[in-house]
Amino acid sequence: MARVDGSGASGSLIQVRELDKTYRRGSEDIHVLQGLNLDVDKGDFVAFMGPSGSGKTTLLNLLGGLDIPTRGSVTVAGDEITHMSRGKLTEWRARHVGFIFQMYNLIPVLTAFQNVELPLLLTRLNKTERRKHVETALAIVGLAERMHHFPRQLSGGQEQRVAIARAIVADPTFLLCDEPTGDLDRKSADEVMDLIQRLVKEYGKTVLMVTHDPLVARQANLTLHLDKGVLVRAGERGQGAIGGGA
Amino acid sequence: MKFSRLILANLFRKKARLLLTIGSFAVALFLFAFLSVVNDAFGRGADVAGADRLIVVNRTSIINTIPLSYRDQILRIPGVKAITHDNWFGGVYQDEKNFFPQFVIDPESQRQVYPELVVPDDQWNAFLKDRDGAIVGATTMKRFGWKIGDRIPIKTTLYGLAGTAWEFNIDGVYHGKDPKDDQTQFWFRWDAFEERVPERLKGQIGWYILRVDNPDDSVRIAKAIDAMFMNSPNETRTETESAFAAGWVKQFGNIKFLIVTIGTVVFFTLLLVTGNTMAISVRERTPEIGILKAIGFSDRAVLGFIVGESLVIALVGCIGLGLALLAVPVLSRAMAGMLPTLLISPKVLIYGVVAALAVGVASAILPGLGAMRMRVVDALRRV
Repeated sequence: MARVDGSGASGSLIQVRELDKTYRRGSEDIHVLQGLNLDVDKGDFVAFMGPSGSGKTTLLNLLGGLDIPTRGSVTVAGDEITHMSRGKLTEWRARHVGFIFQMYNLIPVLTAFQNVELPLLLTRLNKTERRKHVETALAIVGLAERMHHFPRQLSGGQEQRVAIARAIVADPTFLLCDEPTGDLDRKSADEVMDLIQRLVKEYGKTVLMVTHDPLVARQANLTLHLDKGVLVRAGERGQGAIGGGA
Repeated sequence: MKFSRLILANLFRKKARLLLTIGSFAVALFLFAFLSVVNDAFGRGADVAGADRLIVVNRTSIINTIPLSYRDQILRIPGVKAITHDNWFGGVYQDEKNFFPQFVIDPESQRQVYPELVVPDDQWNAFLKDRDGAIVGATTMKRFGWKIGDRIPIKTTLYGLAGTAWEFNIDGVYHGKDPKDDQTQFWFRWDAFEERVPERLKGQIGWYILRVDNPDDSVRIAKAIDAMFMNSPNETRTETESAFAAGWVKQFGNIKFLIVTIGTVVFFTLLLVTGNTMAISVRERTPEIGILKAIGFSDRAVLGFIVGESLVIALVGCIGLGLALLAVPVLSRAMAGMLPTLLISPKVLIYGVVAALAVGVASAILPGLGAMRMRVVDALRRV
């Protein structure tokens, strides 16, 4: 189970230590994250909540190697990523991280199949192997029949499921979801969350998710609240509403 | 190859813009090919000039004549192999628009000096026997649909005989051994010409053309000729045929400079247009570039996609060179007589493709570098 006090064992999948992120706006320093600690084990499903501007997305970007911290470290599966070069970090992301964004971010000129295939183009898999992987991923998200549709021919929920297929097709170490249901109606949101739940339960995926929606957050094993740049434990699944101290 | 689908898919994102950009390349390359062909045609005289030929003209100007009596003196200079002479006739066939060059030649020596302009022996012998005979270049024959045996009236505009129509019998056709050789000329006999010009012009030729045994002796022979006639009433200027041809072209202005300038401006404009198009295209795709980088595509790969797109546009734009290949023969026919046969050489096509690819790369570099340096978080923020 994820911990925020820095007491996690060295065997944690993700270890975050004394993480600071400061932005400079004009002459003012804005401390978005301050001395943040986090340990996430394999198979955890953690939700991050907090008000706008609290640093949720910044934290996700740091965990996914999209941004670099001002101080502190992020270690994933033994790889300390905070000091990696830009090129190394890109390679690392390709191997270890699956991204799911609020706006799906599919390439509009590619079909569902081609969008899902994108991460595999960076591997040594041949065409036949890639096809097999893509078909499997699309089958998992229930869109095998729509593989030749373009994003504009899909509903929002379907687009997000294609984005999830793209995120899992290369079998990454963990998934980062930034408001995955933020642009969906309730029904589609439920379908997407059911899918993410399946990925955790059936496929043992580790998922870190940012959300504003308490109903969505409740589906995670653990909800962490970001407040003034510090992570506090808000509640575990089955413990009821968000709240409480660390 | 596995990335080609992504490059092509991005290209077809805005079809109208793609077509217009390809069109810009095609028009620019067409213009490049056409200008190169015209430039080549203007410089053709110098290109095909015999290395062993010298031209002797009146030092004052080419429109001033030289006595025919110089011929034997020149022929005595060691190293001179053969000599002939020409006069410019400047006649008009039916209409002034029907321009083609007419030369008064010396039938006895013409073929010794211009062996590359071939006339079948039987036709040449007929010409030697016919005082009103003419030999015509194949291009001009084709242009006017003339046949051997036709009688052609040519109205002269010079020699105090303006408006007088001279009639000639076409006895033969000459062909150049090299496709670049000028096949537009009309030749007729010196004796027929001299007989009809006013007394003051009898025994006066326009210029001499001579062949030397060894091109290395050209400078020495040219100096010897000009020294021989120095301080005479008709001083001479002797130069190699290529220098003479280059000087002739210069009379029209610095054609090469003009064409190179126009070509440079065209390509620079193309660079700006394509660069702007690529910049807009990249800007529109900023979030997608962020996604590609997020899922593991390297900065270089992103640069490669953008340069690749631009190169595909440039390559397809080379259709302009294909159009030039089709259009040049048509233009050549339309400009017959004004310029030698227009020919598009493989060199022009290669230069065109290379220039297109260079513009393709150059126009993609700035937007490509911008995309390459873009941070993923900044790109994703623009969703």
